[in-house]
Amino acid sequence: MKHARVQFEGRTWAATADGGRVRLSDGRLLDEQDVAWLPPIEPGTIFLLALNYASHAKEIAFKAAPAEPVVFLKGPDSLTGHRGRTPRPADATYMHYECELAVVIGQRCKHVPRERAYEVVRGYTVANDYAIRDYLENYYRPNLRVKGRDATTPLGPWLVDAADVPDPMNLRLRSWVNGQPTQDGNTRDMVFDIPALIAYLSGFMTLNPGDIILTGTPDGVSDAAVGDEIVTEIDGIGRLINTIVADDPAA
Amino acid sequence: MGIPTPTPRVVYGTLLNDRDTLARLAQRFTEPPYKAPPAKPVLYIKPANTYAAEGAQVAVPADPGVVRIDATLGVAMARDARRVDAAHALDYVAGYVIASDVTLPHDDIYRPPLRERCRDGFCPMTPCLPAPAGFDPDGAVVEIAVNGSIVHRRSLRHLHRSTARLIADVSADLTLPAGAVLLLGTPEGAPLARPGDQIRIAVPGLGSLSHGLVADTSGDRA
Repeated sequence: MKHARVQFEGRTWAATADGGRVRLSDGRLLDEQDVAWLPPIEPGTIFLLALNYASHAKEIAFKAAPAEPVVFLKGPDSLTGHRGRTPRPADATYMHYECELAVVIGQRCKHVPRERAYEVVRGYTVANDYAIRDYLENYYRPNLRVKGRDATTPLGPWLVDAADVPDPMNLRLRSWVNGQPTQDGNTRDMVFDIPALIAYLSGFMTLNPGDIILTGTPDGVSDAAVGDEIVTEIDGIGRLINTIVADDPAA
Repeated sequence: MGIPTPTPRVVYGTLLNDRDTLARLAQRFTEPPYKAPPAKPVLYIKPANTYAAEGAQVAVPADPGVVRIDATLGVAMARDARRVDAAHALDYVAGYVIASDVTLPHDDIYRPPLRERCRDGFCPMTPCLPAPAGFDPDGAVVEIAVNGSIVHRRSLRHLHRSTARLIADVSADLTLPAGAVLLLGTPEGAPLARPGDQIRIAVPGLGSLSHGLVADTSGDRA
């Protein structure tokens, strides 16, 4: 089943996917444009992987994939929902999108061996992990200013139950900018796969329900301008739409 | 029983905000992989699994068997701060948090410090303490005692960015939401401590935080 959190008629609803439309928990069936989309879960800790596809590591000038997962965190205000707007700072010259498979943890766990890792997964969703590369500094990199600004991580539309995703390590990920295809990869090309990431993180941290692991992006990223519509899609998981807007301090 | 664990909406820590740390590392900042001194606040997150209360026993992994106590003062936000100017920044502060930002010692600050700073229980902290009349965070002194002896005493006068300046600079890029904690900066010369040690962090005029360190027996990896 596919789950969402949406706003409609002044309140927040749990919803499910029903034949391309949105079924509210009270039974009403709506078009996806009729509702405002929230991230599909209330987030716990938000983990992100850098350099987890060799193709993207090469693209941004790293000669080799890392020997250990490069994991960083974001704060709760970095998220936004499907059909949201992400501000591009006025002084940015290179702001790129990143289509990523997001893994949502379903149970409190620690020291999870890789062969049991999928038991702690509640489900999957699509993320777009924008980076503002102008702001890169080499301290605790990628630093929060590059990756952690408000609304720079669209998430959704749906949280898809793990039971409905038989092989999360073989999913096609794609991005489009104004309808033009850019990224086209497959989750099988991750450097550290989902069981490895869960085993690694839970080896020294307790994971909790609602924690989210964004598993990295393949190559094909490019600068996104104000007004661009960015679509990130993962087969069987969802198609996430976002629009870049000018960052207006007075707005 | 016991004291409930504080549950901030998010905890941001600040690295490299001590003028003596910046001076000590000035030459290294010009070399790879850093290449240039930090221009903006260097932030990190202490995630929810690190939150711990007064009296916590923090588990230290056998490798390396030692931690650094980056004790500091934090501000707790009363309301969402976004693009606030320094002149008004303290109006957004509900009170103060005394935090023991426990970390595995690390000199390499190129990559995010997940394995070092984000281990279970690695952020004992007080609840939000209302500021006493006349309390000036930039004049506060943070004292760290290990087993009853004060081993480190640092005035926040050493901060590169003052409390108000830091809130302003951070909120230029991201919202500090109501309920968030922003730690004001790791202190130069922070002490090391080991399993069996009792830690007490005091900010005269505000309060104190005590916790212990124990050897980890759960088999956490380094």
